Amino acid sequence: MKLTTEKAPDRASTGFGSGTRFGLGDRVFSGMALGAGLVILVALAAVFVFLLVQGQDGFHADPKLYAPAASNFVSYAAKLLFGTVLAAVIAMVIAVPFAIGVALFISHYAPRRLAVPVAYLVDLLAAVPSVVFGLWGGRTLAHELQPLQAWLGDHLGWLPFFSGQVSSTGRTILVAGVVLAIMILPITTAICREVFQQTPRLHEEAALALGATRWEMIRYAVFPHSRSGIVAGVMLGLGRALGETMAVTMVLSAGGPLVTWHLITSDNPATIASNIASQFNGENVGIQSVLLGTGLVLFVFTFAVNFIARAVVTRAERKLA
Amino acid sequence: MNTTSLRRALGPGVAAIALAASLAACGSSSDTNSASGDSSTSAATGAGASGLSGKVAAGGSSAQEKAQEAWRAGFGQANPDVTISYDPVGSGDGRANFISGAYAFAGSDSPMTDDEIKQATKTCGAAPIAFPVFISPIDVVFNLKGVKSLNLDAPTIAKIFSGQITKWNDPAITSQNKGVSLPATAISPVHRSDSSGTTDNFTDYLYAAGKGAWKTPHSSDWPTTKGETGEGTSGVVGAVQGGQGTIGYADDSGVKGTNLGVVKIKVGNTYVAPSAAGAAAGLAASKLTPGTPPTVMAYTINRTSTDPKTYPLFMASNEIACPTYKDKTTAQIVKGFLTYMISAQGQKAAAANAYSAPLPADIASKEAALVAKIS
Repeated sequence: MKLTTEKAPDRASTGFGSGTRFGLGDRVFSGMALGAGLVILVALAAVFVFLLVQGQDGFHADPKLYAPAASNFVSYAAKLLFGTVLAAVIAMVIAVPFAIGVALFISHYAPRRLAVPVAYLVDLLAAVPSVVFGLWGGRTLAHELQPLQAWLGDHLGWLPFFSGQVSSTGRTILVAGVVLAIMILPITTAICREVFQQTPRLHEEAALALGATRWEMIRYAVFPHSRSGIVAGVMLGLGRALGETMAVTMVLSAGGPLVTWHLITSDNPATIASNIASQFNGENVGIQSVLLGTGLVLFVFTFAVNFIARAVVTRAERKLA
Repeated sequence: MNTTSLRRALGPGVAAIALAASLAACGSSSDTNSASGDSSTSAATGAGASGLSGKVAAGGSSAQEKAQEAWRAGFGQANPDVTISYDPVGSGDGRANFISGAYAFAGSDSPMTDDEIKQATKTCGAAPIAFPVFISPIDVVFNLKGVKSLNLDAPTIAKIFSGQITKWNDPAITSQNKGVSLPATAISPVHRSDSSGTTDNFTDYLYAAGKGAWKTPHSSDWPTTKGETGEGTSGVVGAVQGGQGTIGYADDSGVKGTNLGVVKIKVGNTYVAPSAAGAAAGLAASKLTPGTPPTVMAYTINRTSTDPKTYPLFMASNEIACPTYKDKTTAQIVKGFLTYMISAQGQKAAAANAYSAPLPADIASKEAALVAKIS
C-alpha cells in the first residue's frame, strides 16, 4: 500500500461502511455500539411479546378473578390504571415545581460552595433503594403525616379530595404520592440542572443587560431554552412514578382496583405495579395471566405517554425555531 | 483479507449474541417447571450417615416458611447429604408446580380442589396424599390506647370487619366488656392486601360462626375493596400498630413480640385467648371433609365449637405428596422428611421456630400411616 500524505479524510471518503483504512479497534467498537443499540430494541420487543403471550389469557378470564372490584378485564385494568395515574399525578404535582426549584437553585442562585454539595445530596437520594423508601414511608412518614391529613379532612373536607373518613394509619394515596415525589426528585432535578446550565451565557447576559431581574432572566432566557430538557426530565420522572412497585406496595393501604377521588381515606386505589406485586403469589394461579395483562396495559400506556410527550416537545421546538 | 471477513462477521455476530441472550432471558422465566423438575429426580452419589443422599425440590405456602426452615435444619442434621429446597412461592403456585411435577411435594394452606386432585392423580399415577402438618392460631389484634384485651364474639367481629360497627364504644362491644372504658374512636379494620391462607381461614370463621353477620363464604382474597390493608402478616401488624383504633388479624407468630391488644373470642359461653393448644384441640374437634380420596386428609374445620378448650380461629396448612415416586431415592427422601415433619420432634422444632401448634396425637398417627406407604 502506498503511503501518501493527503488532506484528512472526510466521513464520506472513508466509507465508514466499506472502508479498509480503519483499524480493527474501530470496527470492533462500531460493532459493539450497534449491538448495544440492537439489544435495547430486542429486549423491549421481548418484554412486549412476553407480556402479550403470557397475559392474553387474562383478557377474558373467569369473571371470579376480577372480583370484587370488576367483572371484566377492561374495567379491572381501567380502574388500576386510574390508581396508577392518580398516584403519579400527585407525585408530579409535588415533585416538578420542587425539582425545577432545586435545579434553579443549584444552577443559578446558590454560590458554588453550596451548589456542589446540594447537587451531590440530591443525586444521593437516587441511591436509596425503593424498599427503604417503602419502609420509611409506610412506618414513619405515613404516621407523621396522619395529623396533617386529619387537619385537611377537618378543614378542607368540603373538597372532594379531602372528604370521607380520614385514615387512622395515614397510609393513603396522598402519602404514596409524596413518597413517589421524593423518589422521582433526583432524576428530574439532575436533568433540569444539566439543561439550565446549558443556557448560552450570552443569552443570560443579554437579558441582564436589558435590565431584566434575575427571575426575568430565568423566565425569558433559561426556561425557553430548556423547555425540551424539562419535559424530558419530567417524563423520566413520570415513567418511574408509573412503574414504581415496592415503595407503593409497602406504603399504600390499597383496596384493589377502584376509582375514588378521596385522597386521605382508608380505601385507596391500587396501582398496576403494586397490584401485580401483592397479588402474584395468589391462591388462584389464574390471576397471574390477568396481572400480566395489566402489565401489558402499563407497558403500552407508559410507551404512549412518552411518545406523546416527545411529539409535543418536537412541535414546540419547531415553533420556537 | 482476513480483517474484512472479521468485520463482516462482527455485525451479525453481535446481533446473534444479543438475540441469544434475550432468548435465554425470556426462556428462563417460563422454564422453572421443566428445570426444577430435573432437580426433584435425585442423583444418588455417595451416602451420608443415614445412607440417604440427593436433592428434592419443594415449595408452596409462605405461611410454612419458618416451619420448613426448622424441619430442613432438623432433618439435615441426621441426613447431611440430602438437600431439600422449599420455595415459599404461595400455595396456589405450590399446588400448580406439584401437579406439573416440578415439586416432589408442596405446602398448601387450602386443601386441593376436586379438579386439582384429579390432575395430581394423573401426575402421581395414584391418588395424592395430603394432610395438615402446620397448625397456627390466628390472632385478632387491635391498637387502642389503654386497652390490652377485649372479649368479642364472632358476629361482633364480623360486623366490625364488614363496617357495620364503626365506633369502639358501640353497645355490641361494651356489653361484652363490662368494666373496660372504651373511647368513641372510629374503628379501622385492617385486612390483607395479598391473597392469603390467613384470610381464607379468617373469613371461613366469620362466615361459619358469624350467625349471618358475614355474607360471603371463605376466600383467600378479601371480598370487598373497602378498608385499610397491609401486605403480608408483617404489613397488617405494621398497619395496626401504625394507627389508633385499628383492628386486624394475623398469624400468631407475627403478633409475638408486639405490644398489640389481643381479642379473646367467644367459644360457647366463655372467651378464649389464642393458644397453640387451643388450635390443636380445635383441629382434633374437626371432621374430615367427605368425598375426597382416603389418602387426602382434608378437614372441614369446626368453627362453631363450644368447648372452651378449643380456639376455633386457626389455620391448618397442608403438605401434598405422591404415594409413589418413579425415582426411589426421591421417594425415600420425601418419606423420611415427611416422617420427621409429623414426628413429635419435628412438630416441636416448628413450634419453637414458628409458634405453631403441635399436631394432635391421633391425627399425627393417621398421617404417619399414610407416609409409611410412600414408595
